[in-house]
Amino acid sequence: MSTQLLTYLFVGASFALYIGIAIWSRAGSTKDFYVAGGGVNPVVNGMATAADWMSAASFISMAGIISFMGRDGSVYLLGWTGGYVLLALLLAPYLRKFGRFTVPDFIGERYYSKTARIVAVICLIFVSFTYVAGQMRGVGIVFSRFLEVDVETGVIIGMAVVFMYAVLGGMKGITYTQVAQYCVLIFAYMVPAIFISIMITGNPIPQLGFGAEVADGSGISVLEKLDTVLIDLGFGAYTEGSKSTIDVFAITAALMFGTAGLPHVLVRFFTVPKVSDARKSAGYALAFIAILYTTAPAVASFARLNLVDTVHNTSYEQAPQWFSNWENTGLVEWQDKNNDAVMQYSAGIDNEVTIDRDIIVLANPEIADLPGWVIALVAAGGVAAALSTAAGLLLVISSSVSHDLLKQTLMPAITEKQELLFARIAAAVAVCIAGLFGIYPPAFVAQVVAFAFGLAAASLFPTIVMGIFSKRINKQGAIAGMLSGLIFTFFYILYFKFVSPQLNNAEHWWLGISPEGIGFIGMLLNIGVAFVVSHLSPPPPAEVQDLVDGIRIPSGAAVAHSH
Amino acid sequence: MSQQPYRHAAENPSPHDHNDKKNITEKNATDYWRANLRLLATLLVVWFTVSFGCGILLVDWLDQFTFFGFKLGFWFAQQGAIYVFVALIFIYAWRIQIIERQFGVDDDAEEESL
Repeated sequence: MSTQLLTYLFVGASFALYIGIAIWSRAGSTKDFYVAGGGVNPVVNGMATAADWMSAASFISMAGIISFMGRDGSVYLLGWTGGYVLLALLLAPYLRKFGRFTVPDFIGERYYSKTARIVAVICLIFVSFTYVAGQMRGVGIVFSRFLEVDVETGVIIGMAVVFMYAVLGGMKGITYTQVAQYCVLIFAYMVPAIFISIMITGNPIPQLGFGAEVADGSGISVLEKLDTVLIDLGFGAYTEGSKSTIDVFAITAALMFGTAGLPHVLVRFFTVPKVSDARKSAGYALAFIAILYTTAPAVASFARLNLVDTVHNTSYEQAPQWFSNWENTGLVEWQDKNNDAVMQYSAGIDNEVTIDRDIIVLANPEIADLPGWVIALVAAGGVAAALSTAAGLLLVISSSVSHDLLKQTLMPAITEKQELLFARIAAAVAVCIAGLFGIYPPAFVAQVVAFAFGLAAASLFPTIVMGIFSKRINKQGAIAGMLSGLIFTFFYILYFKFVSPQLNNAEHWWLGISPEGIGFIGMLLNIGVAFVVSHLSPPPPAEVQDLVDGIRIPSGAAVAHSH
Repeated sequence: MSQQPYRHAAENPSPHDHNDKKNITEKNATDYWRANLRLLATLLVVWFTVSFGCGILLVDWLDQFTFFGFKLGFWFAQQGAIYVFVALIFIYAWRIQIIERQFGVDDDAEEESL
């Protein structure tokens, strides 16, 4: 069977599975739609959270980014996993005990303020749409390379599938499809990783092969060889960094605190039956995530080494098959500058080979000479990663519109049935907007990713944590804190990414912190302002202090009410 | 962070029912919260040390040591810290449950996972 046919088969079968699950798990109430009825097993929820979290960026781009950044790529590995520790220790159990539907719900009630709720809704919608645009783009890329359909057609098919299970099933449908998507994506990631690890080092476990010797009898390790080879070609050593320590620190912190403040991840912990389950569930989620996140840096090093070996100083005539396959998509390019018909790869101006970082994962099966079904599997895995994250994001957007904006603020008189209908309409509208982003990607998609994490770190995360761990932070403090964190971070990123991109370098950054890391400073500012303003104004009312007391005690979550 | 005593209208704490799970006393709730904060502080120190400490601030110094073929600092930054993160969450889930039972604020009696 041809690879093309296999790919259609794999992607088609996975879509049929997702739609089947959607029909089986329709949502009957707002509680089903927002939090899957609140009865999800912690292991199942952990797996769904892992799929929710691991996006097209984790699946397709992360190994490639690390491959070309070397040690500096650790910011993503540490940042995108360390946040789960904060989530499990400081947020998830308390939000579960609080027992409502959305993140703005918590902020609105704890700070007894509609304004606080609306500020939270704005942060949430901005963060989620930024993120979802990237997912739809990922679906488009996978479709155009593997299925050879237009990006537009790919995005529309993807939208139709998400529409089916997000609009019909809400959180309930999303949870069970995400479990299936996790299985597809992790299998699709590990199979080629194991094969390439065997090919380079002879060790089938990528995490161990990463530190092992290259299987060419030379007796030097993968990382030593990579360092030597890259220095020869004029690059920096793979195991040494080029970013300043303060910037690496700030970026890692912004990504960690941002991860812990991302609404589509937080809301997953509203779905388990009780407080102790929320903690365990975060542990399972990170364990499932860690399988991919500890494999990615190994794949990154193998692929970079293999790339240099097979491409550098190879005559174009003898270029490997994958090279010409991917040349058609424009993701690899060769320009014969010195007219010797041989490809030279280096860091200098005489470099002739341009390689897009997404190649590292997408072309891995071909680079490692794996059979057609593995290539088909990677296509299905990439689509699963993008769709699962997109669905989670669309759900938090729709629930914050129907629940926080309509039911809790603008139209308190609507019935549950009407609220559920509005939730479905909001989800449908959000799917369409996300699709438009995918078809007509705004040129700034790559630039705004810093926004999503920076704003989540500067606004949502500290406000929720202070609401749990302090009883003194009041309405005035929380609103002032959120707004100052938000505005500071927003304008810093806006200035360096859009207003004066030519100044976007370490020389001009404040304290040497790049726009990617500024969310960390925004968070500190938020906390400082909230603390000062709260102490200059009256403490929160007694019933809010009682609410905080109640949240801190694990027992009694079952009686938490839905309104 | 201020420590206000736990009060709830339904509960009229009497000195003799400390171990009665249905009635959470003011003192148990406060003591539980203190014990929780201590545990959190310990675990977060470890969290900071393996990630920001070993993986970022001390990475160059640690790189002089070798660990299973890796430079040690590099290993922490790209592998080790992640394993410790997973362990930290499970350790917290396990330790805090023991503390909860000790103070009678656990959720054991509540609806089991479906």
